Formats: sequence, C-alpha cells, structure tokens
Amino acid sequence: MRKYSLIINQEKKRVHIEPGDILLDVLRRNGYKGVKRGCGEGECGACIVLLDNKPVNSCLILAASVENREITTIEGLGSVDKPHPLQKAFVEKGAIQCGFCTPGIILVAKSLLDCNPNPTEEEIKKALDGNLCRCTGYVKIIEAVKSLCKIYGKT
Amino acid sequence: MVSEVFHSVNKIDSLGLACGVEKFTDDIDLRDMLYVKMLSSPYAHAKIKNIDTSKAESVPGVKAVLTYKNVPRVAHTTAGQGFPEPSPYDTYILDSKVRFVGDRVAFVCAETEKIAEQALKLINLEYEVLKPVFDPRDALKENAPIIHNEKDAKMIIPMFYDPTKNICAAVNASVGDINKGLKESDIVIENEYEIHYASHCCIETHIAIAYIDERGRIVIRTSTQVPFHVRRIIYQCTGIPIKDIRVIKPRIGGGFGGKQEILLEDIVALLAYRLRKPVKFQYTRQEEFVSSRTRHPQIIKLKTGIKKNGIINAIDMDVLMNNGAYGAHALTVGCNSGSKCLPMFNKATDIRFQLKTVYTNLPVGGAYRGYGATQSYFAMGVQVDELSEAIGMDVVEVWRKNHIKEGEGSPVFQMLGEGREGVEMKIGSCGLPECINIGLKKIDWYNKRRKKIRNKNKVRGVGMVCLMQGSSIPEIDMGAASIKMNDDGSFNLLVGATDLGTGSDTILAQIAAETLGCKTEDFIVYSSDTDITPFDVGAYASSTTYLSGAAVMDTANKVKEQIIGVALEMMGLNKKEVIELQNRFAIHKKSGKKVSFREIAYYSLYQKNQFQIGAIASKITHKSPPPFAAHFAEVEVDEETGKVKVVKYVSVTDCGIPINPRLAEGQVEGAVINGISYALTEEYIFNKTGRIL
Repeated sequence: MRKYSLIINQEKKRVHIEPGDILLDVLRRNGYKGVKRGCGEGECGACIVLLDNKPVNSCLILAASVENREITTIEGLGSVDKPHPLQKAFVEKGAIQCGFCTPGIILVAKSLLDCNPNPTEEEIKKALDGNLCRCTGYVKIIEAVKSLCKIYGKT
Repeated sequence: MVSEVFHSVNKIDSLGLACGVEKFTDDIDLRDMLYVKMLSSPYAHAKIKNIDTSKAESVPGVKAVLTYKNVPRVAHTTAGQGFPEPSPYDTYILDSKVRFVGDRVAFVCAETEKIAEQALKLINLEYEVLKPVFDPRDALKENAPIIHNEKDAKMIIPMFYDPTKNICAAVNASVGDINKGLKESDIVIENEYEIHYASHCCIETHIAIAYIDERGRIVIRTSTQVPFHVRRIIYQCTGIPIKDIRVIKPRIGGGFGGKQEILLEDIVALLAYRLRKPVKFQYTRQEEFVSSRTRHPQIIKLKTGIKKNGIINAIDMDVLMNNGAYGAHALTVGCNSGSKCLPMFNKATDIRFQLKTVYTNLPVGGAYRGYGATQSYFAMGVQVDELSEAIGMDVVEVWRKNHIKEGEGSPVFQMLGEGREGVEMKIGSCGLPECINIGLKKIDWYNKRRKKIRNKNKVRGVGMVCLMQGSSIPEIDMGAASIKMNDDGSFNLLVGATDLGTGSDTILAQIAAETLGCKTEDFIVYSSDTDITPFDVGAYASSTTYLSGAAVMDTANKVKEQIIGVALEMMGLNKKEVIELQNRFAIHKKSGKKVSFREIAYYSLYQKNQFQIGAIASKITHKSPPPFAAHFAEVEVDEETGKVKVVKYVSVTDCGIPINPRLAEGQVEGAVINGISYALTEEYIFNKTGRIL
C-alpha cells in the first residue's frame, strides 16, 4: 500500500491506495459516502463521479490511475446549507424518492448542462442513459433538469 | 391559513439525499468491522453429505465460518409479516439440504471481503445431487421430488399445507354456482396466461450491519421495510432475546416489497453476537437477482362468461403459483390475485377462485409491488378484451358496465382475506368513471382504437385496463405514533412506519402539522427504530398513509387537547371556551386572546402544573379502501421483428385525496415504468439445471 495524491472536490488529498483498489472504494473509505455502490459492474450509475468534469463509473476505475486528476463527488457540488441549483431543483420537482441514484444523476446532469446549457429532452435522456432509477420512472428527474436549462443558458 | 395537507411540501429528507449526506445502512464507519461472504448452492436440489471448513477457518483473518452444523435449527419464515405469519415455517438459517441454485450453504466472516472470498473457495463440499423439479405443474405430479421433506416444516395457522405434495398453500372459494353461471352466459372464453419471474432490482442491494452496543445488546442496522418483524423473527431463529435486539432502519435505497423479508439479518446478528464485533453483509448485484426474492410467477386458467348486454356474470379463476424453493408469502400473494381482482367484477353472481401454490427448485417468490394483483389483472385484462371482441362491444363499455361502483360491495371481500377470511366492505368512493373519461381523452381513444395506423411494417394500436388495489390489511395491520412538544413549540414525531423512499416521513409530518395548526418543518421526524419509536407493522400493503397516517392524526389530536388545556389555563378561561390552533398559536377568537406554542411549551415545562405535552396512539382499520386506476397504452408493433414500442402511456389514478400530490404522482410514475419494464424487457431465464442464464 502506498500514498497517492488525489484532487477531490478541489482539495488535494493524500490517500492510501492498495493495488487493485477501485476509485469507488477509496472515495467511500475516505468519507465520500455520497458515492453509492449499486452494482459494482458499471451498469447502474449510482457510483458516478466527475473525472475532469466528465462522468465516470467509479466502480470501473482503478484509484491509482487517477492520481492528480480532478475528481468531483456529490459533496463537492453543494451542501445542505448551500445547495447547487441542480440539488435544489431535484428537491423542488420531487425528483428524489429513495435518493440512492440521485448523486450520480445530479453529477451527470451537471456535466451535461456545463457543455450544453439548453439540452432537448432527448439529449437529457441520452445523457442519463447510464443511470438507473427504480423509484421515480424518470419523469420528475427529467423535469428537474429541464427546469434549469434557462438558468444555465443565462449564466 | 394554507393547509399543510393536500399540497406538495418538499420531501423532508430530499435535500440531504441530493447532497449525498443522508445516511444509508452502509454509510457509517465502525472500527474493526468484519465482512461476510456467502457460499451458495451450485445445485438446484441436493443434500450436503459432507462439509469441511477446516481449511477455510485456518486462513489468517477468518473469524468464523457458519454452516448448518453450528447454527440453531429453527423452522421459520423469512416473510416479514405479522404474527402468526400466514407463510409456512420451512426455512432454516442454514440447512443440510439445498433447494435452489443460489440457496445458502455457508458464510465466512473475515477481516476483509477479499479474505472472506478466498476462504469460501477452501470449503470442501460433498453433495448428493437430488432430482430437481422446475415446472409447477410437474411439482404436483405423483412421483415429483419432494422439496420439503423435513419433519418440522409447518403452517402455524389453520390453512391447508402439504409439503409431501409440494403444496405450500391452497384455497378453494366460491360464490354462487360456477357451472350454472357459465351455462347462463351467452359467450364463454377460456384461456391460460403465464406470468413470469422478475426482480425488484432496488438500486441499493440488501445490506445489514450488526454491532454490540455499550451495554452488550445487539444493534442491527438494516435496509428493511419491516424493522419490528425483523426483531421478532431474529429472536425466533437465533434465540437472542427481543429485549437485547435493536433494529434501526436508516435511509433505504428502494424496497418495492423485496425488503419485506428477513434475508441477511440472522447472519450478521448471530456473528456479531458471537464475535462481539461489528459485522457487515451486503448482497452483490448477482446475489440480489438470484438469492433474494422475486415476483411469484403464475399460470392462470381463466374462464369467463359474458352476456350479450356486456355483463360479465361468471368467472372461474384457477391460479397455479410457483413459490420457488421456500414458501414466503405463498398464501397471501396467491389470495390477493383473487381478492384484489374479482371484486372489481361485482355484477358476476357466480365466481370460483382456486389457488395452488407449489414449491419448485427455483428462486423464491416474495412481496413485490402489486402483491398478486399484478398477475391476475394481466390475465383478467386480456380476457376482458377477448370478451368484448366476442360480443362486439367497445372494451371501454364492458369495463364501464362491470366495474364496482360507489356504495356497492362484493361477496369476494369477505370470502378472501390475508391468511383468513376477509372483511365485508362497501366501496366508499370510486373515481373510475372519471378516470376512464380522462384517460379516453388523453389517449385520443376513439380516433385510434381499431384504426391500425400503419407506417410500413409498423402498426399502432391502443388498449386499456382498469385496476383496483387495497389500503392496508383490515383487522391485522397496526400503526402507532408518538408526539412530544419541545421548549420552542416544535415537536418530535416518532413513528414505527418505514419510509423506504416513498416520502412517508414527510406525509406523516404533514398530517400532524395540519392537525396541530403548524408547519411540517415544526416536526422533527424519526422513524423505524425498535428501541425508540412505537410499533408499526412496516411498509407494505399500501398501508402507511392510510393507517399510520390515521395513528398520527389520533396522536396529534390528543396533543391538541393538552395544548388547548394549557392555553385555557394560561388565559384564565373556562374549560368550555373554544380555542383554535393556527400558525403555531392557540387562539381564543371570542376575546382575541392568543398564546404562542413557545409560550405554551415554556409554561407547561417550567412554570405551573408542569407536565410533558405529548401523546401516543395506535390505529387498526376495519376496511381496506381500494384505490382505482384506469391505464391506457398506445403501442407500435413491428410486424417483422415483433418489437413493441410504447408510444404513449396514460395512467389515471383515484387514490383518494392525496396528502402530498407530487409524492403520489411519483409513486404512479415509478410504478408505470416498473410495469412497462416487467411486460416488455424484464425476465428470468433458466437453463436445464435451474441456473439463471
């Protein structure tokens, strides 16, 4: 085991990584519990984090391979005291039921809106293709993302 | 003042969930945690002739290996139901026999998951492979292998159970004379419908952590819908006294019925109790599919008679249900196929319902959203279509003529209950006529039905079905709540009810706030902790809003009386004076006097005749009021490939008046996608040896 430098939510962290450790486990071990394990096989998207602002399934990434790259977890987006507009929109539109898939979905939505501030419904659906939600039927999730399109467009 | 109910306040845990800070089972770190891995059966049906764990036990870091040889053997059911459970006692923590591919063989508990996995491979096993049976029809044959030949398997309620014939539940019930009824029909249609296996597929797989608290008691933190049933059943099968067990349900990542089952808690409880260390066990996604619970497959033989005027006068429903290797929910899911579907057709004077639930060597059925009604409505929905076609009437008209209406009853309500006779009931309200009308408009029925709109090889069509469920199990389910007032006029609301993502914590606070003339955010809600919250049967049978909600309202009304009493005393008024609670004030309208909840709290806690304003109340129900729905679908079928695409889906639901409309919508939207996926994309396929492909 040796120490590696990871940039997590804009903070440089020295963390222990064992050979074979996946990013999902390393993040959770270091307190980033907003990163969820749904399948461990890259199918469900619950463990998605942003790697240099692009969504990746952290269960498929060797932790040691992302040294010095920027990782954003849901905790890095906003907090209960100071939520990100997407976090607020998900609350207000009722897009959260059990909430287990929510961190991954919000991060994908952020990455989408950063590149494309006014996506069509089809583009939103395509972006969220790798995220499974078993509770909501996606209707309110799509509404929540849509509700932010204009806000993003203006800023 | 704006009402706190009937409008969509934000779900109280949703901001924390959006920020990733709400705690699920796995989101705590405990020092010296040990990890469990499961060895599951590669055979569908086999006896364990020999099991040698010595090599596994000698691996450094391995703390314990559990096999049938070193755990208590107590016949029980994993079904998280009230006591006496209407499911057979046919399951053991571990047994010397395995009954499906994926059944428990042994567990290794070690310092890391990797060590546990390595040790699993070192367990030496010798099996005597037995002949399996996979088709429920074959399981009933004379020489079929007997899956539960253990002597202590039993049903603890007086209902039919014969494991020597692989029958884990059977019911015969009838109204009128089915043969006479079918003779009197103008047209009779008979068909067989097969409904397949499916997984709940919660995004959070089953997980449980057990640890020993400061006083040597065991705490089980688990993703469950039924914390109180977990406590009772863990006591039953491990012998750990109930008072030494605390079950906590944190946030849970979806349930849908799958977590109304005791699947991991026995193992972590036993290991933590023996090793005095925290123990964690989580199903992998693969184990979740294979070894947890599924939707019960059914083969339904359905024979329905209709008159030329469109009245369905006779229904003969014969359900053969495959429960897999163990009998979880065998009787009640099967009965629900009849009791939630047949009363819809209450013009039928002659009805027969026959159920046989059988054991096979396949994965185990369990509670799953719809709970038997899903299966029978599929069969009945298709048959109503066939009947309409046969008499040349629009299917909408046939539904309109036949569905149960406000003020009406059905003999089936009394005939079929959950594990015993049902309860007589008249329908207090039924919005189906309106649901149908709205749906017809939204789907544009009359411009699309039978029009076969074609685009080359693709053709479009519309169809519809009406549905009915229930709300809680009458005279069986119980919910309770307690409320206490704090110094600042806020309240603690403690409920046994189990929020599994549905938002019940929020809805229950809304009900309390409405009753007490304050805001949802004035309630600090804590739910589902067997040490702290009052009892509740848990989240199932669509009971939480209706039953636990009524318990909260009763509790709040008791608190209201106390608040009014203190306010009268503070204002020096006669006890007969009328006080209203509004905006966190107790108001005497006649004189214009008012005192705030904060002042009332300070007075009652510190100043005079001090006492704790607070109450506890419980509720049972004598009815199970059905919600109704009309569903419409427009689909496009590719005639060359057979591919079906859903073009539009309209679901119109009468759920009563929703306490929180946005949360109610969310339930329906999620259920619709779940249903479409079940119909079109989700299925279990097994090979010849009973292994899931």
